[in-house]
Amino acid sequence: MFAGFMLNAWIVATMVAVVAGIVGFFTVLRGSAFVAHAVPQAGFAGAAGASLIGVSTFAGLGLFAVVSALGIAVLGKRGRHDTMTALALVFMLGLGALFLSWSQEYASEIFALLFGEVLGVSNNQVLVTALLAVVSVAAVAVVYRPLFLASVMPEVAEARGVRVQRMGICFLVVVAVATTMSVPVVGALLMFSLMVGAPGAARSLTDRPHLALGLSVAISLVIVWISIAASYETEWPIGFFVGVLGAVFFVAARAYASWRRSRLVAAAPFGVARTAQVVTDPGPTSAEVAANRIGPAPA
Amino acid sequence: MSSILTGIFEPGLFTSQPVRVAIVVGGAVSLVSAVVGVFTVIRGQSFAGHSLGDLGTTGGSGAFLVGASPLWGFVAFAVIGAGAMELFGARRQRGRDMATGIVLGAGLGIAALFLYLGTVERNTSGAAITILFGSMFVIRSSMIPIFACLSVLALALVGLLYRPLLLSALSEDIASARGIPVRAVGIFYLLAMAIAVSLSCVTIGAILSTAVLIGPAAAALRLTKRPGLAFAWAGLIGLGVTWVGILLAYDSYYWPPLGRGWPVSFFVVALILVVYLLADLSARRSSRRPSSCAVGAG
Repeated sequence: MFAGFMLNAWIVATMVAVVAGIVGFFTVLRGSAFVAHAVPQAGFAGAAGASLIGVSTFAGLGLFAVVSALGIAVLGKRGRHDTMTALALVFMLGLGALFLSWSQEYASEIFALLFGEVLGVSNNQVLVTALLAVVSVAAVAVVYRPLFLASVMPEVAEARGVRVQRMGICFLVVVAVATTMSVPVVGALLMFSLMVGAPGAARSLTDRPHLALGLSVAISLVIVWISIAASYETEWPIGFFVGVLGAVFFVAARAYASWRRSRLVAAAPFGVARTAQVVTDPGPTSAEVAANRIGPAPA
Repeated sequence: MSSILTGIFEPGLFTSQPVRVAIVVGGAVSLVSAVVGVFTVIRGQSFAGHSLGDLGTTGGSGAFLVGASPLWGFVAFAVIGAGAMELFGARRQRGRDMATGIVLGAGLGIAALFLYLGTVERNTSGAAITILFGSMFVIRSSMIPIFACLSVLALALVGLLYRPLLLSALSEDIASARGIPVRAVGIFYLLAMAIAVSLSCVTIGAILSTAVLIGPAAAALRLTKRPGLAFAWAGLIGLGVTWVGILLAYDSYYWPPLGRGWPVSFFVVALILVVYLLADLSARRSSRRPSSCAVGAG
Protein backbone atom coordinates (compact mmCIF):
# COMPACT_ATOMS: atom_id res chain seq x y z
CA MET A 1 0.00 0.00 0.00
CA PHE A 2 2.93 2.31 0.67
CA ALA A 3 5.02 0.98 -2.16
CA GLY A 4 6.88 3.38 -4.42
CA PHE A 5 4.17 3.63 -7.04
CA MET A 6 1.60 4.47 -4.40
CA LEU A 7 3.71 7.11 -2.67
CA ASN A 8 2.87 9.80 -5.20
CA ALA A 9 -0.81 9.00 -4.85
CA TRP A 10 -0.66 9.50 -1.09
CA ILE A 11 1.20 12.80 -1.45
CA VAL A 12 -1.14 14.19 -4.11
CA ALA A 13 -4.31 13.04 -2.37
CA THR A 14 -3.17 14.60 0.90
CA MET A 15 -2.61 17.93 -0.80
CA VAL A 16 -5.97 17.67 -2.52
CA ALA A 17 -7.68 16.94 0.79
CA VAL A 18 -6.14 19.96 2.51
CA VAL A 19 -7.13 22.32 -0.31
CA ALA A 20 -10.61 20.80 -0.62
CA GLY A 21 -11.11 21.20 3.13
CA ILE A 22 -10.19 24.89 3.01
CA VAL A 23 -11.95 25.85 -0.21
CA GLY A 24 -14.92 23.68 0.68
CA PHE A 25 -15.31 25.51 3.98
CA PHE A 26 -16.04 28.69 2.07
CA THR A 27 -18.23 26.80 -0.40
CA VAL A 28 -20.48 25.65 2.40
CA LEU A 29 -20.38 29.04 4.11
CA ARG A 30 -21.51 30.75 0.92
CA GLY A 31 -24.04 28.08 0.06
CA SER A 32 -22.51 27.63 -3.38
CA ALA A 33 -22.39 23.86 -3.62
CA PHE A 34 -23.72 24.07 -7.15
CA VAL A 35 -20.74 26.13 -8.30
CA ALA A 36 -18.40 23.67 -6.61
CA HIS A 37 -20.11 20.97 -8.62
CA ALA A 38 -20.20 22.89 -11.91
CA VAL A 39 -16.59 24.05 -12.13
CA PRO A 40 -14.97 20.60 -11.85
CA GLN A 41 -17.36 19.21 -14.45
CA ALA A 42 -16.52 22.06 -16.80
CA GLY A 43 -12.89 21.22 -16.17
CA PHE A 44 -13.64 17.69 -17.29
CA ALA A 45 -14.70 19.03 -20.69
CA GLY A 46 -11.42 20.92 -20.87
CA ALA A 47 -9.47 17.78 -20.12
CA ALA A 48 -11.32 15.95 -22.88
CA GLY A 49 -10.48 18.77 -25.30
CA ALA A 50 -6.83 18.79 -24.22
CA SER A 51 -6.47 15.08 -24.88
CA LEU A 52 -8.06 15.63 -28.30
CA ILE A 53 -5.44 18.14 -29.46
CA GLY A 54 -2.68 16.44 -27.51
CA VAL A 55 -1.73 19.04 -24.91
CA SER A 56 -1.35 18.64 -21.16
CA THR A 57 -4.52 17.69 -19.29
CA PHE A 58 -3.74 20.34 -16.69
CA ALA A 59 -3.82 23.09 -19.32
CA GLY A 60 -7.24 22.07 -20.63
CA LEU A 61 -8.61 21.61 -17.15
CA GLY A 62 -7.32 24.93 -15.93
CA LEU A 63 -8.52 26.87 -18.95
CA PHE A 64 -12.05 25.47 -18.85
CA ALA A 65 -12.35 25.69 -15.08
CA VAL A 66 -11.29 29.35 -15.02
CA VAL A 67 -13.42 30.28 -18.05
CA SER A 68 -16.50 28.64 -16.55
CA ALA A 69 -15.86 30.27 -13.16
CA LEU A 70 -15.58 33.70 -14.78
CA GLY A 71 -18.56 32.97 -17.02
CA ILE A 72 -20.69 32.12 -14.00
CA ALA A 73 -19.50 35.26 -12.25
CA VAL A 74 -20.28 37.53 -15.21
CA LEU A 75 -23.60 35.95 -16.22
CA GLY A 76 -24.65 35.55 -12.58
CA LYS A 77 -24.59 39.32 -12.05
CA ARG A 78 -27.89 39.53 -13.85
CA GLY A 79 -30.54 36.88 -13.65
CA ARG A 80 -30.53 34.04 -11.18
CA HIS A 81 -27.17 32.76 -10.10
CA ASP A 82 -28.18 29.10 -10.01
CA THR A 83 -29.79 29.20 -13.45
CA MET A 84 -26.67 30.76 -14.96
CA THR A 85 -24.51 28.14 -13.25
CA ALA A 86 -26.67 25.41 -14.72
CA LEU A 87 -26.48 26.89 -18.22
CA ALA A 88 -22.71 27.39 -18.10
CA LEU A 89 -22.30 23.87 -16.77
CA VAL A 90 -24.36 22.13 -19.41
CA PHE A 91 -22.75 24.07 -22.21
CA MET A 92 -19.29 23.03 -21.04
CA LEU A 93 -20.47 19.43 -20.69
CA GLY A 94 -21.96 19.58 -24.17
CA LEU A 95 -18.57 20.64 -25.48
CA GLY A 96 -17.09 17.76 -23.53
CA ALA A 97 -19.49 15.35 -25.23
CA LEU A 98 -18.46 16.75 -28.62
CA PHE A 99 -14.73 16.40 -27.86
CA LEU A 100 -15.25 12.87 -26.65
CA SER A 101 -17.10 11.91 -29.81
CA TRP A 102 -14.19 13.24 -31.86
CA SER A 103 -11.40 11.69 -29.90
CA GLN A 104 -10.36 8.09 -30.11
CA GLU A 105 -9.87 8.02 -26.38
CA TYR A 106 -10.55 4.81 -24.55
CA ALA A 107 -13.60 4.96 -22.31
CA SER A 108 -11.50 3.95 -19.32
CA GLU A 109 -9.51 7.17 -19.53
CA ILE A 110 -12.68 9.25 -19.59
CA PHE A 111 -13.89 7.21 -16.67
CA ALA A 112 -10.68 8.07 -14.80
CA LEU A 113 -11.21 11.78 -15.43
CA LEU A 114 -14.75 11.60 -14.08
CA PHE A 115 -14.26 9.25 -11.18
CA GLY A 116 -10.57 9.52 -10.34
CA GLU A 117 -7.46 7.40 -10.72
CA VAL A 118 -4.90 7.22 -7.94
CA LEU A 119 -2.54 4.76 -9.53
CA GLY A 120 0.21 5.96 -11.80
CA VAL A 121 0.49 9.52 -10.56
CA SER A 122 3.72 10.78 -12.12
CA ASN A 123 6.39 12.90 -10.41
CA ASN A 124 5.53 15.68 -12.78
CA GLN A 125 1.90 15.58 -11.67
CA VAL A 126 2.99 15.79 -8.04
CA LEU A 127 4.98 18.91 -8.84
CA VAL A 128 2.13 20.64 -10.68
CA THR A 129 -0.34 19.67 -7.98
CA ALA A 130 1.92 21.02 -5.24
CA LEU A 131 2.35 24.30 -7.10
CA LEU A 132 -1.40 24.73 -7.59
CA ALA A 133 -2.07 23.73 -3.99
CA VAL A 134 0.28 26.45 -2.76
CA VAL A 135 -1.32 28.99 -5.09
CA SER A 136 -4.86 28.27 -3.96
CA VAL A 137 -4.03 28.15 -0.24
CA ALA A 138 -2.04 31.38 -0.58
CA ALA A 139 -4.91 33.03 -2.43
CA VAL A 140 -7.34 32.07 0.33
CA ALA A 141 -4.89 33.29 3.00
CA VAL A 142 -4.53 36.68 1.31
CA VAL A 143 -8.26 37.37 1.04
CA TYR A 144 -9.22 35.36 4.14
CA ARG A 145 -10.79 38.10 6.25
CA PRO A 146 -12.72 40.01 3.56
CA LEU A 147 -13.81 36.75 1.93
CA PHE A 148 -15.05 35.44 5.25
CA LEU A 149 -16.97 38.60 5.99
CA ALA A 150 -18.42 38.79 2.49
CA SER A 151 -19.54 35.17 2.73
CA VAL A 152 -21.21 35.39 6.12
CA MET A 153 -22.57 38.93 6.17
CA PRO A 154 -22.52 40.50 2.71
CA GLU A 155 -24.27 43.68 3.85
CA VAL A 156 -21.88 44.32 6.71
CA ALA A 157 -18.94 43.58 4.44
CA GLU A 158 -20.26 46.05 1.89
CA ALA A 159 -20.63 48.70 4.60
CA ARG A 160 -17.02 48.11 5.67
CA GLY A 161 -15.81 48.72 2.14
CA VAL A 162 -15.30 45.10 1.04
CA ARG A 163 -16.07 44.62 -2.63
CA VAL A 164 -18.47 41.74 -2.22
CA GLN A 165 -18.78 41.02 -5.91
CA ARG A 166 -15.03 40.99 -6.39
CA MET A 167 -14.73 38.58 -3.47
CA GLY A 168 -17.24 36.35 -5.22
CA ILE A 169 -15.07 36.27 -8.34
CA CYS A 170 -11.94 35.61 -6.24
CA PHE A 171 -13.69 32.69 -4.64
CA LEU A 172 -14.75 31.24 -7.99
CA VAL A 173 -11.20 31.48 -9.34
CA VAL A 174 -9.84 29.73 -6.26
CA VAL A 175 -12.39 26.96 -6.81
CA ALA A 176 -11.19 26.71 -10.40
CA VAL A 177 -7.53 26.40 -9.36
CA ALA A 178 -8.36 23.83 -6.69
CA THR A 179 -10.33 21.91 -9.30
CA THR A 180 -7.47 21.89 -11.76
CA MET A 181 -5.10 20.36 -9.29
CA SER A 182 -7.46 17.68 -8.07
CA VAL A 183 -9.45 16.40 -11.03
CA PRO A 184 -6.73 14.11 -12.46
CA VAL A 185 -6.53 12.28 -9.15
CA VAL A 186 -9.94 12.29 -7.49
CA GLY A 187 -11.99 12.92 -10.63
CA ALA A 188 -14.37 15.69 -11.65
CA LEU A 189 -17.42 14.23 -9.97
CA LEU A 190 -15.76 13.50 -6.66
CA MET A 191 -13.77 16.68 -6.10
CA PHE A 192 -17.20 18.02 -5.43
CA SER A 193 -18.05 15.42 -2.75
CA LEU A 194 -14.86 16.33 -0.93
CA MET A 195 -15.62 20.05 -1.10
CA VAL A 196 -19.12 19.59 0.33
CA GLY A 197 -19.11 16.51 2.57
CA ALA A 198 -16.21 17.31 4.90
CA PRO A 199 -16.96 21.02 5.48
CA GLY A 200 -20.66 20.25 5.84
CA ALA A 201 -19.87 17.77 8.60
CA ALA A 202 -17.48 20.24 10.24
CA ARG A 203 -20.07 22.99 10.28
CA SER A 204 -22.61 20.71 11.93
CA LEU A 205 -20.13 20.00 14.71
CA THR A 206 -19.19 23.52 15.66
CA ASP A 207 -20.31 27.09 15.22
CA ARG A 208 -16.86 28.58 15.67
CA PRO A 209 -15.49 29.38 12.23
CA HIS A 210 -11.78 28.71 12.78
CA LEU A 211 -12.45 25.43 14.52
CA ALA A 212 -14.79 24.49 11.69
CA LEU A 213 -12.08 25.27 9.15
CA GLY A 214 -9.61 23.05 10.99
CA LEU A 215 -12.14 20.26 11.40
CA SER A 216 -13.06 20.51 7.75
CA VAL A 217 -9.45 19.92 6.70
CA ALA A 218 -9.09 17.10 9.23
CA ILE A 219 -12.25 15.29 8.13
CA SER A 220 -11.34 15.70 4.49
CA LEU A 221 -7.90 14.18 5.17
CA VAL A 222 -9.46 11.24 6.98
CA ILE A 223 -11.90 10.67 4.12
CA VAL A 224 -9.17 10.73 1.49
CA TRP A 225 -6.80 8.47 3.42
CA ILE A 226 -9.46 5.87 4.15
CA SER A 227 -10.58 6.06 0.52
CA ILE A 228 -7.11 5.43 -0.89
CA ALA A 229 -6.52 2.52 1.42
CA ALA A 230 -9.93 1.02 0.69
CA SER A 231 -9.58 1.62 -3.03
CA TYR A 232 -6.18 -0.08 -2.97
CA GLU A 233 -7.52 -3.08 -1.11
CA THR A 234 -10.70 -3.60 -3.11
CA GLU A 235 -9.67 -2.17 -6.51
CA TRP A 236 -12.97 -0.31 -6.56
CA PRO A 237 -12.84 3.30 -7.82
CA ILE A 238 -11.68 5.82 -5.23
CA GLY A 239 -14.61 8.03 -6.13
CA PHE A 240 -17.03 5.57 -4.62
CA PHE A 241 -15.37 5.74 -1.21
CA VAL A 242 -14.94 9.51 -1.28
CA GLY A 243 -18.57 10.10 -2.21
CA VAL A 244 -20.09 7.68 0.25
CA LEU A 245 -17.74 8.57 3.14
CA GLY A 246 -18.54 12.26 2.63
CA ALA A 247 -22.22 11.54 3.09
CA VAL A 248 -21.57 9.20 6.02
CA PHE A 249 -19.50 11.81 7.86
CA PHE A 250 -22.11 14.46 7.19
CA VAL A 251 -25.00 12.33 8.47
CA ALA A 252 -22.99 11.22 11.50
CA ALA A 253 -22.07 14.82 12.34
CA ARG A 254 -25.67 15.92 12.01
CA ALA A 255 -26.87 13.06 14.20
CA TYR A 256 -24.23 13.86 16.82
CA ALA A 257 -25.15 17.55 16.79
CA SER A 258 -28.84 16.89 17.31
CA TRP A 259 -28.13 14.28 20.01
CA ARG A 260 -25.92 16.77 21.88
CA ARG A 261 -28.56 19.46 21.61
CA SER A 262 -31.29 17.22 22.97
CA ARG A 263 -29.03 16.05 25.82
CA LEU A 264 -28.22 19.63 26.71
CA VAL A 265 -31.90 20.44 27.07
CA ALA A 266 -32.70 17.26 29.03
CA ALA A 267 -29.73 17.38 31.42
CA ALA A 268 -29.99 21.05 32.31
CA PRO A 269 -31.76 22.10 35.53
CA PHE A 270 -35.31 23.32 35.15
CA GLY A 271 -34.58 27.01 34.74
CA VAL A 272 -31.82 26.46 32.22
CA ALA A 273 -33.91 23.98 30.29
CA ARG A 274 -36.64 26.54 30.11
CA THR A 275 -34.24 29.12 28.73
CA ALA A 276 -32.86 26.63 26.27
CA GLN A 277 -36.34 25.90 25.10
CA VAL A 278 -37.09 29.56 24.79
CA VAL A 279 -33.96 29.95 22.71
CA THR A 280 -34.81 27.02 20.45
CA ASP A 281 -38.41 28.13 20.08
CA PRO A 282 -38.44 29.85 16.70
CA GLY A 283 -41.20 32.23 17.77
CA PRO A 284 -44.27 32.74 15.64
CA THR A 285 -43.85 30.95 12.37
CA SER A 286 -43.72 32.95 9.22
CA ALA A 287 -47.16 31.58 8.36
CA GLU A 288 -48.61 33.00 11.57
CA VAL A 289 -47.01 36.33 10.87
CA ALA A 290 -48.29 36.27 7.32
CA ALA A 291 -51.79 35.51 8.49
CA ASN A 292 -51.77 38.57 10.72
CA ARG A 293 -50.21 40.79 8.16
CA ILE A 294 -52.36 43.17 6.22
CA GLY A 295 -51.44 44.05 2.68
CA PRO A 296 -48.86 42.48 0.39
CA ALA A 297 -45.77 40.75 1.73
CA PRO A 298 -42.55 42.71 1.44
CA ALA A 299 -40.51 41.61 -1.54
CA MET B 1 -34.39 25.96 -53.95
CA SER B 2 -34.96 22.24 -53.75
CA SER B 3 -31.21 21.64 -53.71
CA ILE B 4 -30.93 23.90 -50.66
CA LEU B 5 -33.74 21.97 -49.05
CA THR B 6 -32.10 18.62 -49.70
CA GLY B 7 -28.89 20.19 -48.41
CA ILE B 8 -30.58 20.98 -45.13
CA PHE B 9 -32.82 17.95 -44.90
CA GLU B 10 -30.41 15.28 -46.02
CA PRO B 11 -32.08 12.41 -47.90
CA GLY B 12 -33.45 9.70 -45.69
CA LEU B 13 -34.09 11.99 -42.74
CA PHE B 14 -37.80 11.30 -42.51
CA THR B 15 -37.75 7.71 -43.69
CA SER B 16 -35.18 6.47 -41.19
CA GLN B 17 -36.84 4.65 -38.30
CA PRO B 18 -34.38 5.73 -35.55
CA VAL B 19 -34.70 9.35 -36.65
CA ARG B 20 -38.48 9.16 -36.57
CA VAL B 21 -38.44 7.71 -33.06
CA ALA B 22 -35.93 10.38 -32.02
CA ILE B 23 -38.15 13.12 -33.41
CA VAL B 24 -41.23 11.85 -31.60
CA VAL B 25 -39.68 10.81 -28.29
CA GLY B 26 -37.01 13.50 -28.14
CA GLY B 27 -39.51 16.21 -28.98
CA ALA B 28 -42.07 15.02 -26.44
CA VAL B 29 -39.51 14.63 -23.70
CA SER B 30 -38.05 18.08 -24.28
CA LEU B 31 -41.52 19.57 -24.26
CA VAL B 32 -42.30 17.96 -20.90
CA SER B 33 -38.93 18.88 -19.39
CA ALA B 34 -39.20 22.47 -20.54
CA VAL B 35 -42.69 22.87 -19.09
CA VAL B 36 -41.73 21.26 -15.78
CA GLY B 37 -38.57 23.36 -15.75
CA VAL B 38 -40.42 26.69 -15.62
CA PHE B 39 -41.19 26.10 -11.95
CA THR B 40 -37.66 24.83 -11.36
CA VAL B 41 -36.34 28.20 -12.47
CA ILE B 42 -39.01 30.21 -10.62
CA ARG B 43 -38.41 28.25 -7.41
CA GLY B 44 -34.62 28.45 -7.76
CA GLN B 45 -34.14 24.69 -7.77
CA SER B 46 -31.71 24.42 -10.67
CA PHE B 47 -29.21 22.59 -8.49
CA ALA B 48 -31.80 20.05 -7.39
CA GLY B 49 -32.84 19.54 -11.01
CA HIS B 50 -29.27 18.99 -12.08
CA SER B 51 -28.61 16.65 -9.18
CA LEU B 52 -31.62 14.52 -10.08
CA GLY B 53 -30.11 14.13 -13.54
CA ASP B 54 -26.75 13.16 -12.12
CA LEU B 55 -28.40 10.71 -9.76
CA GLY B 56 -29.89 9.24 -12.90
CA THR B 57 -26.32 8.22 -13.72
CA THR B 58 -26.37 6.06 -10.63
CA GLY B 59 -29.69 4.54 -11.59
CA GLY B 60 -28.73 4.03 -15.21
CA SER B 61 -25.48 2.31 -14.32
CA GLY B 62 -27.23 0.21 -11.69
CA ALA B 63 -29.83 -0.87 -14.23
CA PHE B 64 -27.06 -1.72 -16.64
CA LEU B 65 -25.43 -3.85 -13.97
CA VAL B 66 -28.55 -5.94 -13.37
CA GLY B 67 -29.53 -5.90 -17.04
CA ALA B 68 -32.72 -3.85 -16.74
CA SER B 69 -33.82 -1.02 -18.99
CA PRO B 70 -31.91 2.15 -18.02
CA LEU B 71 -35.14 4.15 -17.96
CA TRP B 72 -36.34 2.33 -14.83
CA GLY B 73 -32.98 2.89 -13.18
CA PHE B 74 -33.18 6.59 -13.96
CA VAL B 75 -36.70 6.87 -12.58
CA ALA B 76 -36.02 4.82 -9.44
CA PHE B 77 -32.88 6.70 -8.42
CA ALA B 78 -34.23 10.12 -9.29
CA VAL B 79 -37.29 9.47 -7.12
CA ILE B 80 -35.17 8.09 -4.26
CA GLY B 81 -32.83 11.05 -4.59
CA ALA B 82 -35.73 13.49 -4.50
CA GLY B 83 -36.95 11.85 -1.30
CA ALA B 84 -33.52 11.96 0.32
CA MET B 85 -33.05 15.64 -0.55
CA GLU B 86 -36.41 16.43 1.01
CA LEU B 87 -35.49 14.39 4.10
CA PHE B 88 -32.16 16.16 4.71
CA GLY B 89 -33.16 19.55 3.47
CA ALA B 90 -33.92 22.28 5.93
CA ARG B 91 -36.35 24.95 4.90
CA ARG B 92 -33.62 27.51 4.43
CA GLN B 93 -32.05 28.01 1.02
CA ARG B 94 -28.54 27.16 2.25
CA GLY B 95 -29.69 24.03 4.04
CA ARG B 96 -31.34 22.89 0.84
CA ASP B 97 -28.14 23.54 -1.06
CA MET B 98 -26.13 21.42 1.38
CA ALA B 99 -28.67 18.60 1.40
CA THR B 100 -28.69 18.47 -2.38
CA GLY B 101 -24.91 18.46 -2.45
CA ILE B 102 -24.57 15.61 0.04
CA VAL B 103 -27.13 13.43 -1.72
CA LEU B 104 -25.51 14.18 -5.07
CA GLY B 105 -22.02 13.37 -3.78
CA ALA B 106 -23.11 10.03 -2.36
CA GLY B 107 -25.06 9.19 -5.51
CA LEU B 108 -22.09 9.93 -7.75
CA GLY B 109 -19.87 7.77 -5.60
CA ILE B 110 -22.26 4.87 -5.98
CA ALA B 111 -22.45 5.55 -9.72
CA ALA B 112 -18.67 5.25 -9.90
CA LEU B 113 -18.88 1.84 -8.27
CA PHE B 114 -21.74 0.62 -10.48
CA LEU B 115 -19.99 1.71 -13.65
CA TYR B 116 -16.77 0.10 -12.49
CA LEU B 117 -18.49 -3.18 -11.68
CA GLY B 118 -20.36 -2.97 -14.97
CA THR B 119 -17.13 -2.64 -16.94
CA VAL B 120 -15.44 -5.38 -14.96
CA GLU B 121 -18.24 -7.91 -15.23
CA ARG B 122 -19.48 -7.24 -18.72
CA ASN B 123 -16.29 -6.18 -20.40
CA THR B 124 -17.97 -3.30 -22.14
CA SER B 125 -17.10 0.26 -21.28
CA GLY B 126 -19.34 2.04 -23.77
CA ALA B 127 -22.26 1.93 -21.34
CA ALA B 128 -20.79 4.69 -19.21
CA ILE B 129 -20.68 7.05 -22.16
CA THR B 130 -24.21 6.21 -23.30
CA ILE B 131 -25.58 6.74 -19.79
CA LEU B 132 -23.71 10.00 -19.25
CA PHE B 133 -24.26 11.57 -22.64
CA GLY B 134 -27.30 9.74 -23.93
CA SER B 135 -28.18 8.83 -27.44
CA MET B 136 -31.43 9.75 -29.05
CA PHE B 137 -30.95 7.46 -32.01
CA VAL B 138 -30.86 4.20 -30.07
CA ILE B 139 -34.29 4.45 -28.44
CA ARG B 140 -36.39 1.45 -29.35
CA SER B 141 -39.86 2.23 -30.66
CA SER B 142 -41.34 -0.28 -28.21
CA MET B 143 -40.45 2.19 -25.46
CA ILE B 144 -42.72 4.91 -26.86
CA PRO B 145 -45.83 3.99 -24.81
CA ILE B 146 -43.82 4.04 -21.56
CA PHE B 147 -42.34 7.41 -22.45
CA ALA B 148 -45.83 8.69 -23.21
CA CYS B 149 -47.24 7.48 -19.88
CA LEU B 150 -44.43 9.03 -17.85
CA SER B 151 -44.67 12.29 -19.79
CA VAL B 152 -48.40 12.51 -19.13
CA LEU B 153 -47.80 11.74 -15.46
CA ALA B 154 -45.25 14.56 -15.10
CA LEU B 155 -47.45 17.03 -16.94
CA ALA B 156 -50.51 16.02 -14.92
CA LEU B 157 -48.63 16.56 -11.65
CA VAL B 158 -47.57 20.03 -12.72
CA GLY B 159 -51.06 20.80 -14.02
CA LEU B 160 -52.69 19.73 -10.75
CA LEU B 161 -50.18 21.65 -8.68
CA TYR B 162 -50.18 24.70 -10.94
CA ARG B 163 -51.88 27.23 -8.67
CA PRO B 164 -50.41 26.14 -5.31
CA LEU B 165 -46.96 25.91 -6.92
CA LEU B 166 -47.22 29.36 -8.38
CA LEU B 167 -48.37 30.86 -5.11
CA SER B 168 -45.76 29.09 -2.99
CA ALA B 169 -43.05 30.02 -5.49
CA LEU B 170 -43.96 33.69 -5.20
CA SER B 171 -44.37 33.70 -1.42
CA GLU B 172 -44.25 30.66 0.81
CA ASP B 173 -45.67 32.65 3.69
CA ILE B 174 -48.81 33.71 1.90
CA ALA B 175 -49.25 30.22 0.48
CA SER B 176 -49.10 28.54 3.86
CA ALA B 177 -51.32 31.23 5.35
CA ARG B 178 -53.90 30.31 2.75
CA GLY B 179 -53.77 26.72 3.90
CA ILE B 180 -51.62 25.31 1.11
CA PRO B 181 -49.48 22.40 2.35
CA VAL B 182 -46.26 23.95 1.07
CA ARG B 183 -44.07 21.01 1.98
CA ALA B 184 -46.30 18.43 0.29
CA VAL B 185 -46.51 20.60 -2.80
CA GLY B 186 -42.71 20.79 -2.82
CA ILE B 187 -42.37 17.01 -2.56
CA PHE B 188 -44.82 16.35 -5.38
CA TYR B 189 -43.08 18.92 -7.52
CA LEU B 190 -39.73 17.22 -6.89
CA LEU B 191 -41.41 13.99 -8.01
CA ALA B 192 -42.60 15.57 -11.26
CA MET B 193 -39.11 16.94 -11.79
CA ALA B 194 -37.60 13.51 -11.13
CA ILE B 195 -39.80 11.94 -13.81
CA ALA B 196 -39.12 14.65 -16.37
CA VAL B 197 -35.37 14.49 -15.75
CA SER B 198 -35.36 10.69 -16.01
CA LEU B 199 -36.98 10.92 -19.42
CA SER B 200 -34.44 13.42 -20.69
CA CYS B 201 -31.64 11.31 -19.19
CA VAL B 202 -32.48 8.72 -21.82
CA THR B 203 -32.68 11.16 -24.72
CA ILE B 204 -29.86 13.61 -24.15
CA GLY B 205 -27.96 11.95 -21.32
CA ALA B 206 -27.81 12.04 -17.55
CA ILE B 207 -25.37 14.90 -17.12
CA LEU B 208 -26.87 17.03 -19.88
CA SER B 209 -30.53 16.59 -18.92
CA THR B 210 -30.30 19.85 -16.97
CA ALA B 211 -30.03 21.67 -20.28
CA VAL B 212 -33.58 20.94 -21.42
CA LEU B 213 -34.94 21.37 -17.91
CA ILE B 214 -33.43 24.79 -17.20
CA GLY B 215 -32.48 26.31 -20.55
CA PRO B 216 -35.84 26.72 -22.33
CA ALA B 217 -37.53 27.77 -19.08
CA ALA B 218 -34.86 30.37 -18.30
CA ALA B 219 -35.10 31.77 -21.82
CA ALA B 220 -38.91 31.83 -21.64
CA LEU B 221 -38.85 33.70 -18.35
CA ARG B 222 -36.57 36.31 -19.93
CA LEU B 223 -39.10 36.75 -22.73
CA THR B 224 -42.24 37.12 -20.66
CA LYS B 225 -43.27 37.70 -17.07
CA ARG B 226 -46.65 36.01 -17.43
CA PRO B 227 -46.51 32.42 -16.17
CA GLY B 228 -49.00 31.00 -18.69
CA LEU B 229 -47.13 32.49 -21.61
CA ALA B 230 -43.82 31.33 -20.11
CA PHE B 231 -45.02 27.73 -20.25
CA ALA B 232 -45.94 28.08 -23.90
CA TRP B 233 -42.59 29.68 -24.76
CA ALA B 234 -40.64 27.09 -22.78
CA GLY B 235 -42.42 24.20 -24.48
CA LEU B 236 -41.93 25.77 -27.90
CA ILE B 237 -38.22 26.43 -27.32
CA GLY B 238 -37.69 22.95 -25.92
CA LEU B 239 -39.35 21.34 -28.90
CA GLY B 240 -37.58 23.62 -31.38
CA VAL B 241 -34.04 23.12 -30.11
CA THR B 242 -34.48 19.36 -29.97
CA TRP B 243 -35.78 19.08 -33.50
CA VAL B 244 -33.16 21.42 -34.93
CA GLY B 245 -30.56 19.53 -32.90
CA ILE B 246 -31.66 16.21 -34.41
CA LEU B 247 -31.60 17.73 -37.90
CA LEU B 248 -28.09 19.13 -37.44
CA ALA B 249 -26.82 15.90 -35.94
CA TYR B 250 -28.18 14.01 -38.92
CA ASP B 251 -26.53 16.45 -41.31
CA SER B 252 -23.26 16.45 -39.40
CA TYR B 253 -22.62 12.94 -40.63
CA TYR B 254 -20.93 14.56 -43.61
CA TRP B 255 -19.02 17.12 -41.54
CA PRO B 256 -15.36 16.96 -40.50
CA PRO B 257 -13.40 15.73 -38.70
CA LEU B 258 -14.40 12.08 -38.64
CA GLY B 259 -17.39 11.60 -40.89
CA ARG B 260 -19.42 9.78 -38.30
CA GLY B 261 -21.64 12.53 -36.97
CA TRP B 262 -21.52 14.91 -34.03
CA PRO B 263 -23.54 14.05 -30.91
CA VAL B 264 -27.15 15.27 -30.82
CA SER B 265 -26.75 16.31 -27.21
CA PHE B 266 -24.06 18.81 -28.12
CA PHE B 267 -26.30 20.52 -30.69
CA VAL B 268 -29.25 20.65 -28.32
CA VAL B 269 -27.18 22.16 -25.53
CA ALA B 270 -25.44 24.67 -27.79
CA LEU B 271 -28.76 25.76 -29.33
CA ILE B 272 -30.25 26.21 -25.88
CA LEU B 273 -27.41 28.51 -24.87
CA VAL B 274 -27.81 30.54 -28.07
CA VAL B 275 -31.58 30.85 -27.56
CA TYR B 276 -31.06 31.92 -23.96
CA LEU B 277 -28.52 34.58 -24.90
CA LEU B 278 -30.85 35.90 -27.64
CA ALA B 279 -33.77 36.00 -25.20
CA ASP B 280 -31.60 37.82 -22.68
CA LEU B 281 -30.53 40.32 -25.30
CA SER B 282 -34.09 41.03 -26.39
CA ALA B 283 -35.23 41.35 -22.79
CA ARG B 284 -32.49 43.87 -22.09
CA ARG B 285 -33.30 45.87 -25.20
CA SER B 286 -36.98 46.04 -24.42
CA SER B 287 -36.29 47.01 -20.81
CA ARG B 288 -33.90 49.73 -21.93
CA ARG B 289 -36.27 51.33 -24.43
CA PRO B 290 -38.76 52.95 -22.00
CA SER B 291 -35.96 54.30 -19.83
CA SER B 292 -34.20 55.87 -22.81
CA CYS B 293 -37.54 57.51 -23.75
CA ALA B 294 -37.78 58.86 -20.24
CA VAL B 295 -34.30 60.29 -20.47
CA GLY B 296 -35.17 61.87 -23.82
CA ALA B 297 -38.33 63.42 -22.36
CA GLY B 298 -36.43 64.70 -19.33
